[in-house]
Amino acid sequence: MSNAVQQAPAALLPQARPRTAGQPDTGAEHVTGAQSLIRSLEEAGADTVFGIPGGCILPAYDPLMDSDRVRHVLVRHEQGAGHAATGYAQATGKVGVCMATSGPGATNLVTPIADAYMDSVPLVAITGQVPSTAIGTDAFQEADIAGITMPITKHNFLVTNADDIPRTVAEAFHIASTGRPGPVLIDIAKDALQAQTTFSWPTTTDLPGYRPVTKPHAKQIREAARLIGASRRPVLYVGGGVLKARATDELRTLAELTGAPVVTTLMALGAFPGSHPQHVGMPGMHGDVAAVAALQKSDLIVALGARFDDRVTGKLDGFAPHAKVVHADIDPAEISKNRYADVPIVGDAREVLVALAAAVGAEQEDGRVGEAARTGYPAWWRELNQWRTTYRRGYELPADPGLLSPQQVIERIGRLAPQGTLFASGVGQHQMWAAQFLPHEEPGTWFNSGGAGTMGYAVPAAMGAKAGRPERTVWAIDGDGCFQMTNQELTTCALNNIPIKVAIINNGALGMVRQWQNLFYGARFSNTVLHDGATNATTGSTRGVGSDTNRGTRVPDFVQLSEAMGCVGLRCENPYELDAIIDKANAINDRPVVVDFIVHEDAMVWPMVPAGTSNDDIMAARDVRPDFGDFADD
Amino acid sequence: MSQHTLSVLVEDTPGILARVAALFSRRGFNIDSLAVGTTEHPELSRITIVVRVDHELALEQVTKQLNKLVNVLKIVELEADSAVQRELVLVKVSAGNGTRAQIVQIAELFRARTVDVSPDAVTLEATGSGDKLDAMLRMLAGFGIKELVQSGAIAIGRGSRALADRSAREARPIRLTPAATPATAEAQSA
Repeated sequence: MSNAVQQAPAALLPQARPRTAGQPDTGAEHVTGAQSLIRSLEEAGADTVFGIPGGCILPAYDPLMDSDRVRHVLVRHEQGAGHAATGYAQATGKVGVCMATSGPGATNLVTPIADAYMDSVPLVAITGQVPSTAIGTDAFQEADIAGITMPITKHNFLVTNADDIPRTVAEAFHIASTGRPGPVLIDIAKDALQAQTTFSWPTTTDLPGYRPVTKPHAKQIREAARLIGASRRPVLYVGGGVLKARATDELRTLAELTGAPVVTTLMALGAFPGSHPQHVGMPGMHGDVAAVAALQKSDLIVALGARFDDRVTGKLDGFAPHAKVVHADIDPAEISKNRYADVPIVGDAREVLVALAAAVGAEQEDGRVGEAARTGYPAWWRELNQWRTTYRRGYELPADPGLLSPQQVIERIGRLAPQGTLFASGVGQHQMWAAQFLPHEEPGTWFNSGGAGTMGYAVPAAMGAKAGRPERTVWAIDGDGCFQMTNQELTTCALNNIPIKVAIINNGALGMVRQWQNLFYGARFSNTVLHDGATNATTGSTRGVGSDTNRGTRVPDFVQLSEAMGCVGLRCENPYELDAIIDKANAINDRPVVVDFIVHEDAMVWPMVPAGTSNDDIMAARDVRPDFGDFADD
Repeated sequence: MSQHTLSVLVEDTPGILARVAALFSRRGFNIDSLAVGTTEHPELSRITIVVRVDHELALEQVTKQLNKLVNVLKIVELEADSAVQRELVLVKVSAGNGTRAQIVQIAELFRARTVDVSPDAVTLEATGSGDKLDAMLRMLAGFGIKELVQSGAIAIGRGSRALADRSAREARPIRLTPAATPATAEAQSA
């Protein structure tokens, strides 16, 4: 449908093409709007664009064919283009670019744009629009995509004049990649793409209403350093902003200088080495007991590029009741949005960390710090270490030794993956297990849909990551539910030489929803059964644990499906062959590989803070509440 | 709940009103009135928004979120004691021979003008603060209000300073980062 073509009058067909390389930056070239767009993308440094052509964006695809600086990857669904651009951006640190036509092409980008908005990913989405004369008439394939994406973009543009194209593209890339990164959409009317114009690339931009503050205020930094020196139970609460600012070395310097524990959120895994002795884990709904407890019991939270998301804080009223808060973020609106900040710091995470380390160092040299800070918080570490050793990350193997446990699969993939492997994950149980059991030692190697929780993110995001960093091994850790949402992009991978690896953690169910039904809905599994063969129930639903054993009817058969899309399809059903099959997958580098891991369906993600409850009520496992030594005053 | 008047200076671009209004609805901010119009600078519009918030932090959120809109240049809260605030109402009141004189007398008390008269109605125009207009409308209610239309509040600060001073209108040109510098092209973990 989105490929339908509106016949352009002969006079409006593209003119002779200019050269795409070797043009000087100064001096105007006479071009069409479409050529201007492609030239602009070249100048903006977009080397890879994911997209699908259609009627209104069609003029842009003609000069795109001749560009030797922009590679276009033809995806199979616009959602795949958007997530691929996101994965590309996360893996390279550059702006990801996706392209689609008007109407349904554009609306199919809405999910990945919302996803990028929630996770602050620099993305430029380019959509065709019906000719400016037809806008507002409900023309064929017309949708007000600028209006639709207003609440889910950092900014968006509607271009109806070809002369505006270079400036708009330059501003879009600037806005997407600076300050708090985010998605920017450029909607271009078809007649603007077809019109004659001149091209010259701007070297400066003129946005009076857009001036992100990156340099932190010195007084606030001094106050933060003073609080760190005076605290007895501090925690560095690290969010995705530290990765985006590439401030991981600076984070390590500050952490080691202060001796304070570090917790890294789902979006920040890898920002601080998982094996570092000061890393106490991931906080949040499925975080480590020690990390959750560290925040709950702290007297000072130093939040760095984190936003006190509800999945981290639990019930806000009960979150870290004794803690003062230093909150550093590049987006001033995040500060005191959810939790009041005693010391607000607006700035780029790297500049903040450098300044903070210097200020803490000065406090230490001048001997202004308290006893606890001077000695590296020994009493605090005794408590933290007790929680760490008592409530270690772990999982129970299934009673039947012949069954695969999902956590075990993910743990072994992490162990056997080559050095520097990038991991992309879908959303659900497998995502939490991937967060818990993959190594997360290196920054920029873990991508997932954190804020939006977009099922179907993994395969296209892995594709984008691999396209951006072809020298790295890329594993997608996906669930069988997620995989069925976007797996068609494996065809794109196979045809475009993007050999990703996909692990389907196949429990035959929408696992995380099933877990909630198991815990909170009396094990009534309404519409979460994905496989056939359940007993005594309508398709898709069962009652009671064990009532719906996966009988292996295998609809769809993921191995055959993957082979049909040009991938190598493998299957692993028991622990004995697990390592051999992962090794086999790791050894195939000329084609995408999909491994269907059949795992048992009743595995649950622990620990868990049930939704709407306080972090103090974290369950280490079913019916196991950790002892924080405070039962007496409950 | 407290009421605050925000003056928002924006670039006069298509869709700016939609952006501002959509932000309020999406973030769940309470809005009492909104008025938009041109300013002494043709490229700028000014939106006066009256918001109601539970506490100071909520007002801070409103202004911070508004500031994130790329076309918003400046936001100032206009306090009642340092600004003049006006609303406009047009009200059509039922009036017969026995009541017309009374209605006109009330109008005079509130310095309202009679803009239209017909055998069974009088239409009044009044400007003033919200409180004054509420008082007038209470007085008129007894006669029967047939139709009422009100503008949003507009406000201006006292003294000689203007909201749209040079610094708000003129951008320092920002040098665009060339695409191929290490800062952007270098891989994240390299």
